[in-house]
Amino acid sequence: MEKINISFNRYYKLFNLVSLFLIVSSLLLLSFKGLNYGVDFKGGTIIELRTNDNSLTISKLRQSFTRMNLGDISVKEFGKANDYLVKVEKKEDNNINFTSEIKQKLEESVGPVFNFRRVESVGPKVSTELLRSGIIAIVLSLAAMLFYIWIRFEWQFSLGAILAVFHDVVITLGFFSLFNLEINLSIVAAVLTIVGYSMNDTVVIFDRVRENLNKFSDIKIFDLTNISINETLSRTIITSITTLLALLSIYFFGGEVLKGFSLAMILGVIFGTYSSIYIANPVLVYLRVSQKTIIKEDKN
Amino acid sequence: MLYFSKIRISLICLFTIIFTIFALSNFTNFGKNIFKKKINLGLDLQGGSYLLLEIDNKPVIEQKLQNTLLVLRKYFKKKDVKYQNLKIRKKQFIVFDINFDEVKKTKDLFTDENSDINPYYNQFKSHQFDLEIENNTFKLEFSKYGLIQIKNSSLDQALEIVRRRIDEVGTNEPNIVKRGNNRILVELPGLDDPMRIKNLLGKTANLTFRFIVKNTEETFGVETLFFEDESEKVLVSKRIVISGENLIDSQPSMDNQTNQTVVTFNLDRVGAKRFGKATKTGIGKRLAIVLDGKIVSAPVIQSAILGGSGQIRGKFTFQSATDLALLLRSGALPAPLNIIEERTVGPGLGQDSIDAGIFALLIGFLLVIIFMFFKYRILGLIANVTLIFNLFLLLGILTLFEATLTLPGIAGIILTVGMAVDANVLIFERIKEESNNEKNKIIAFDRGYTKSKTAVIDANITTLIAAIILFLMGSGPIKGFSITLGVGIFTTLFSVYFIARLLTSIYVSKNKANEGSI
Repeated sequence: MEKINISFNRYYKLFNLVSLFLIVSSLLLLSFKGLNYGVDFKGGTIIELRTNDNSLTISKLRQSFTRMNLGDISVKEFGKANDYLVKVEKKEDNNINFTSEIKQKLEESVGPVFNFRRVESVGPKVSTELLRSGIIAIVLSLAAMLFYIWIRFEWQFSLGAILAVFHDVVITLGFFSLFNLEINLSIVAAVLTIVGYSMNDTVVIFDRVRENLNKFSDIKIFDLTNISINETLSRTIITSITTLLALLSIYFFGGEVLKGFSLAMILGVIFGTYSSIYIANPVLVYLRVSQKTIIKEDKN
Repeated sequence: MLYFSKIRISLICLFTIIFTIFALSNFTNFGKNIFKKKINLGLDLQGGSYLLLEIDNKPVIEQKLQNTLLVLRKYFKKKDVKYQNLKIRKKQFIVFDINFDEVKKTKDLFTDENSDINPYYNQFKSHQFDLEIENNTFKLEFSKYGLIQIKNSSLDQALEIVRRRIDEVGTNEPNIVKRGNNRILVELPGLDDPMRIKNLLGKTANLTFRFIVKNTEETFGVETLFFEDESEKVLVSKRIVISGENLIDSQPSMDNQTNQTVVTFNLDRVGAKRFGKATKTGIGKRLAIVLDGKIVSAPVIQSAILGGSGQIRGKFTFQSATDLALLLRSGALPAPLNIIEERTVGPGLGQDSIDAGIFALLIGFLLVIIFMFFKYRILGLIANVTLIFNLFLLLGILTLFEATLTLPGIAGIILTVGMAVDANVLIFERIKEESNNEKNKIIAFDRGYTKSKTAVIDANITTLIAAIILFLMGSGPIKGFSITLGVGIFTTLFSVYFIARLLTSIYVSKNKANEGSI
């Protein structure tokens, strides 16, 4: 059986620069362009509606909504041909009849051809709370991972792993900002799962790095990381492939609601796999990890 | 690592079979008589309505302050305290002035643990009010505990009323629970248009019967009120003849003479007595029926009504009369409720989501299985069989705990399918490596399992941490995701270390002679 041997370490610096560029652009996007928050985090109402009038065009539907003077609205096609998603930014406070009034006006102007399949309405107070708890959840998960890996490994490893995870989260969010994709509760779930997945991938390589540090005292960390990456490479690739197969089937067949979630996860898995190799490992090299690092720690 | 005792083998088989039966009982009639549990479908899958209500406690606090004002007046009179300018300010606190020489005496009255104005002291070791004294001006504001007490009691009352109203409508297994100290969560499975419930919950249903006065301007004890259709405004006495609390029953009905829809009501003994007395002395006057600050109707009293029953006329349709009767029967809310979050999914979309979810699961599952078979052949088959049992275990545990499955929950299962093979892959890759140096297959397999253990456990714990945090922070559908993801990790570890290892050990012992590569 031939051994795989790719010199990943020759490109550490190059890909670090690429990652740095991606992170900086993502951070710039996030601070200047911001994220496209959905009703979960911004408040407002979304209505998923289906019409049985095949001749109805989106522009006509948009017109009828504009005439209702609801403020900022967006109407877009949603999955199948006669399905639309309508988003109303501002919600009139305490008007219980809001959605039924919309339905009534819609039927007056177009006809009784509508079925409201889903209505989600979030008040400003709840959306603020959801956003806050979403941010807390992400920060908490990073902290928990840091803590776990700090117990299991030495601090150099923790730093590498956490930088890799941070890299994945920031770039995934940057991607969502760049393409103006909606951020809702399920994206937060995706980000947390990405944190878990990216960490998982990094830990498996780190586990091998540590094993090899014990085994070879004469190999420099620069080459040692490369050996470890190669030894675990087929596992890294196979797991990424099976996870991506599962995610792609959610993306293509799981329905519109899960599209954003699975897209975020797909990006996260790709970046997570890349960062375990090109972020987590170079950090060990830069921090000059050697056999002494783990032996010293063990004595403590 | 590869040796299994007979007892262990039977335990693993038993465990797997039991959970497989649990899982299958969701889809077939098999074992239905012995095992009745089922996975619950979340509102996003079966269709239904989720409403989050928040109590607006301001009116309750105001009312409490009003009551306290009365208590204070009585109390000061009893204790012979001279006070001035006793009033409520900004609807938040009470202020009054005391003569300079009596400041200390008054202060002692308030700090006395046994005094009537500190009813919560023993319970909370705190006063109901926070007292601030500036020169001779006293300022009373509800303390933190006083406010908590008020909020809790109004939440309990509101919960009871909400429950009664929803029960009266007769929806399918509603779930009504408290959230925090001023919110109520209502889940109504199967309801695709929550309009009626929202209307019913949006009304306080504070009913009073009060006389209309003939004065021309507003004076003390009189207020201006509008009719419901805003056609007319009249001056109404603040004195309440009877209120909704006096009602014991209320029904919609048809008035035979006028052919109008009316709401009839029956009064309790106290109410009947008061109503009788008021109608006897008030013949010729108009009695306003006031609901939530608007006049429903104001009939002229023709004769004394002594039987303790009557009817409310108004511009009712049969539906609105039914709803009003329902509201009156179930009682008034202590404070208005606002709907601050609503999520409704129609049954059509729910079914579509189930179909899409199951289809995605099947496709994802097939892709992973085919991939694993082509990559690892025999060991791939072992991994695939393990994956199937992993799925059954996962569904079995969800069934055992009657967990709620949501659409993101299905995504969690699909993701588990993708990530579960990771553990087997880690082990198989390790076995491959070990086989390069070790010609004895059994030893190579054994080492593969032993040496990969830390990596497998580390890798799964990181995902578990993410799932736990999601479970703690997430709500509704997202919680469903964290549950399947988290449970999936345990079933994965079980199936990999027991089922897959058992199958591997059987495979290795059957092929001792075979020196071929994996």
